[in-house]
Amino acid sequence: MPRPVPLGEAIAAHVHDGDTVALEGFTHLIPFAAAHEIARQGRRHLTLVRMTPDLVYDQLIGLGVADELVFSYGGNPGVGSLHRFRDAVERHWPHRLVVHEHSHAGLANAYVAGAARLPFAVLRGYRGTDLEEQRDIVGRVTCPFTGEELAAVKAVNPDVAVIHAQLADRDGNVMLWGITGVQREAVLAAQQAIVTVEEVVDEFPERTGAVVLPNWVLSAVCVVPGGAWPSYAAGYSVRDNDFYQQWDAVSRDREAFLAWARENGLPTTEEVGAHV
Amino acid sequence: MSDSWESADMMNVAAARELHDGDVCLVGVGPPNLAANLARRTHAPACRLVYESGAIDARPRRLPLSIGDDDLAATATAVVSVPEMFNYWVGAGRIDVGFLGAAQIDRFGNLNTTVIGDHDNPRTRLPGAGGAPEIAASAGRVIVIVKQSPRTFVEQVDFVSSVGYGPTGRERRARGAGPTLVITDHGVLEPDPDTNELTLTRLHPGVTVEQARQATGWALKVADSIKQVDPPTAAELTALRRLRNREPVDA
Repeated sequence: MPRPVPLGEAIAAHVHDGDTVALEGFTHLIPFAAAHEIARQGRRHLTLVRMTPDLVYDQLIGLGVADELVFSYGGNPGVGSLHRFRDAVERHWPHRLVVHEHSHAGLANAYVAGAARLPFAVLRGYRGTDLEEQRDIVGRVTCPFTGEELAAVKAVNPDVAVIHAQLADRDGNVMLWGITGVQREAVLAAQQAIVTVEEVVDEFPERTGAVVLPNWVLSAVCVVPGGAWPSYAAGYSVRDNDFYQQWDAVSRDREAFLAWARENGLPTTEEVGAHV
Repeated sequence: MSDSWESADMMNVAAARELHDGDVCLVGVGPPNLAANLARRTHAPACRLVYESGAIDARPRRLPLSIGDDDLAATATAVVSVPEMFNYWVGAGRIDVGFLGAAQIDRFGNLNTTVIGDHDNPRTRLPGAGGAPEIAASAGRVIVIVKQSPRTFVEQVDFVSSVGYGPTGRERRARGAGPTLVITDHGVLEPDPDTNELTLTRLHPGVTVEQARQATGWALKVADSIKQVDPPTAAELTALRRLRNREPVDA
């Protein structure tokens, strides 16, 4: 899709109730604006996939968007807990959240297998951990060549991947750089991919270590400057560490969280409830 | 400036001292981040910092607040993807030292960072495994940094997120040596050479064996000849304070 489309249009076209959706970006380039648009449109019953749920999923979980979560580290980096995530797991508010958890290596490899359209990935980790008890997503295989027993993780193939990148060109190819996390794998593992970008340029700059995603693996490109705030886009913005600190107090209290949602025009469970 | 210090400072300083020039160290959030950067600014300027976000040989000018700070990528020799980091670097055994924290630890160094209570209906939901299981398995040696209390040092962890030496101390099958040091605000524990049971081998200044026992949820094994840890030096405390204040290194 070479022409940039408005974000609202892209979400409406590609993200549906009940979908499995991966919003990726490892600390850097987290697609917050797209997440808020998903919430704004009242999407429900999503299975959210993300290595580090971070504030972005804390917000979506608190708003009642997700029924299930696939993840590997659910903390507020450098600050503490994700209180909306904890409230959903510990006290089922706004409703129960079912969790499927991996290690970082496990979920990263589950995306790799998904991108390769393989049924599973192998790694050495997991052995002896209680993560192995999740038999629907973690198993063991024996190497056919050496006999070594290895961990297997089921591939992740989201219905939709959503990422934020620095640049698109006029043809709708996308470029991102800096900490590129697991975005290439998430996009290629998914059936559909939506990318928000800082800006559109005539020609991509020379960038060591950049990831370029051709337009024909993407479903929609949307120009959303600052779409990663309060995370950051290297070369465009810096991480808003104050917001990450302040979120602790906002998210700790249900009323403070609901007030934050109202201020930002994000519908909560009660407001969307009519059609749930 | 005063050279007074607290037990948390001693814990961070003791952890930093275990890193040596040339060590490849995988750094996570919290105390490990502080300890690794302290080592780099004091006695081990040539230790190599690797962050699981993908930054290899990062040389942060200020203490990073998260493992994904732009300063890490900007100062790194290479920035790799997360799958590459875990497959080619961590899993392949290219990390010499991994620092880990825990909400619970047992006498055989098994770590819980997942839940307190039952996994499906936890009393307390913790962040989860993150990079720790592979670091625990594959790093050459693992240094656990954790404050000592009966709530944390438990007879049995509620969930094994990362394996130390296994349920009875004899089940470790992984490549690395496992948790060779557990550094607390009371002192240092090391696995017994025969049984792998964590044994108190060093005490921080001003801490007694009895206090360490009181802070442990099992009958703590104590080494015959217990060593005293040297108090933090003025240089270590100054560097630690500057890191905490996020002062740039060349200011």
